[in-house]
Amino acid sequence: MDKYIEMIRIRFLMMLAYRTNYYTGILIYAINIAAYYFLWSAIYGSKSTMQGMSMAQMTTYVAISWMARAFYFNNIDREIAMEIKEGRVATELIRPYSYLGMKTMQGLGEGIFRLLFLSLPGIFLVALFLPLRFPTDVHTWMFFTLSIALSFIINSELNLLAGIIAFFTLNNEGLLRAKRFVIDLFSGLILPISFYPDWAQEAMKYFPFQGISYIPSMIVTGSFQGQAILHGLLFQLVWCVLLLIPIQLLWRAAKKQLVIQGG
Amino acid sequence: MFYVSIFFQYMAQYMKTKLQYRADLLVEFISDLMSQAVNLVFLLVVFGHTSLLHGWTRDEILFIYGFFLVPYAVFGAFFNLWDFNERYIVRGEMDRVLTRPVHSLFQIILERMELESLLGGVTGIIIMAYASARLSLSFHWYDILMFILFVLGGAFIYAGVFVSLATISFWSDARTSIMPMMYNISNYGRYPIDIYHRVIRYILTWILPFAFVGVYPASYFLGKKEWYGYAFFTPIMGVIFFGIAVVLWNAGVKRYRGAGN
Repeated sequence: MDKYIEMIRIRFLMMLAYRTNYYTGILIYAINIAAYYFLWSAIYGSKSTMQGMSMAQMTTYVAISWMARAFYFNNIDREIAMEIKEGRVATELIRPYSYLGMKTMQGLGEGIFRLLFLSLPGIFLVALFLPLRFPTDVHTWMFFTLSIALSFIINSELNLLAGIIAFFTLNNEGLLRAKRFVIDLFSGLILPISFYPDWAQEAMKYFPFQGISYIPSMIVTGSFQGQAILHGLLFQLVWCVLLLIPIQLLWRAAKKQLVIQGG
Repeated sequence: MFYVSIFFQYMAQYMKTKLQYRADLLVEFISDLMSQAVNLVFLLVVFGHTSLLHGWTRDEILFIYGFFLVPYAVFGAFFNLWDFNERYIVRGEMDRVLTRPVHSLFQIILERMELESLLGGVTGIIIMAYASARLSLSFHWYDILMFILFVLGGAFIYAGVFVSLATISFWSDARTSIMPMMYNISNYGRYPIDIYHRVIRYILTWILPFAFVGVYPASYFLGKKEWYGYAFFTPIMGVIFFGIAVVLWNAGVKRYRGAGN
C-alpha cells in the first residue's frame, strides 16, 4: 500500500514543479464556463426553469462540471499507449507492483493536484463573476465528495480499458480520440442528460458515462434529492465494479500476447 | 510565380506522404467529424427545448455554425502553428528554414499543412445547405464571390491571431499555453454575438475579432440587415490582422538568434 501512496505523492510533486502551466489552465476553464453561461442564459431566455432546473442551478451545474473534470480527467490511457509503443512497458511489468494500479495512482496524484491548484482557485474566480449557488447543508457535500470519487474511478477504468486495447492494436490514437468525444457528449459535461430526448436518456442508462459528470453535478446543484441521490450513487458504484471485469479479462489476454517493439 | 510553383511542389510531396498512411488519414477524418458532431448534437438537443435563442432560430444558428466551419477548415489546413515553438525554435529547425530563399513564414505554412482539415469545410457547406433549404434563403450570383471573400477574411483573421501568438516564441522561448486558450476563446464566434455581455462583444469584434469568422459574415447570407456593416468589414479585418502578424513575424525573424549549433 505504501508504494502506491508514494506514487500519488511523486506525481503530485512532479505536477507541482510545473505549476505555472496551471495558471492558464484556470483561465481556460473560466473562459469555457463563461461561454456556456452566456449560451445557457440565451437558451433560458425568459423561462424560469427547463427540465426542472433553474438558471441559477444551470450556472452552478456548468461551473461544477468543468471544475470536477479537472479532478477526474487524466491521460493514463495515452500514457499506457505510449509506453507500449516505446516498449517501456516491459520494464514496468517486471517491477513489483500492479501496473494498472500504479497508473491509477499516478492519475490520482494528478487529480489531487489539479483539484487544489486548478479547481479550487478556479471556482473562486468564477464565483466572482457569475451567480453560483452552492448547497449549505453538509450532507449534500458529503454525497458530492463520494460521487466525485466514484467519477474518478469510472473515468480511470475507462481510460485503463482504452489503454489496454493498445496492447492489441499497437496504435489506438483513433480510439482514444473517439472515447474523448463520447465522454464529452454523454457524461453530461456540456449538456445535462435530462435535456436529451427520452429515447436517448433511456439508452444512456445502459452506459457508464453519466456516472462521470452528470450525477455529481446534479447532486451539488440540488437537482437530485433524497431517493435520486442514492440511485445515482448506486449507479456509479455498480459501474465501478462492473468495469473491473473487462479490465481483468483484457489485461490477462494482453499480457499473454504482448509484443515488445524494440526497447 | 515562383511561390506558386513552390506551393504545388509541396502539395504534391504532401499527397504522396499522406497516401502512404491511409489508415491514419481515415482516423483523422473520423475524429474531425466527431468533434463537429459534438457541437451539432449540443445545438440540436438544446433546440428541442426552445424555439428561439435570443431571437435567432435553430436553422439560423446551424447556418452560422456551418459557415464558421469553412474558414476554420481553411485555417486548420494551412496554419498549423501549434507546436511552432517546440519544433522550430527549441529544436532549431528555424535555422534550416532561414537558409532558403523563400519567405520563412511561407515555408513553414507549406511544411506544416494538413489538407485533410479541408474536409471540415465540406461538412460546413453541407450544414449550410441544409439550413438554407429550411430557411428558404435565396442567393444571387455574386453571393458566391462574397462567400469566398468572407471565408478568406475569416481564415486570415484566425491566421493573424495565431501567427502573432507564434511570434512570441522569437522573444521568449518559454513554453506558453496561450494558444490553447485562444482556441477556446475562438469558439465564442460560432454563436450570435448579441447573447454575450457587451465587454465580451467588444473584445470579439475589435481585439480578438473571432465574431468576424462566424456570426458577422453569416448574417449577410441570412439577410440580417443590422449586421451588414460588420459583415462587409470581414475581409478588411482579415487583411489588417494578417498584416500585423506578418510585420510581427518579420521583426521576430530579425531578432532570432538560433538555439541549436
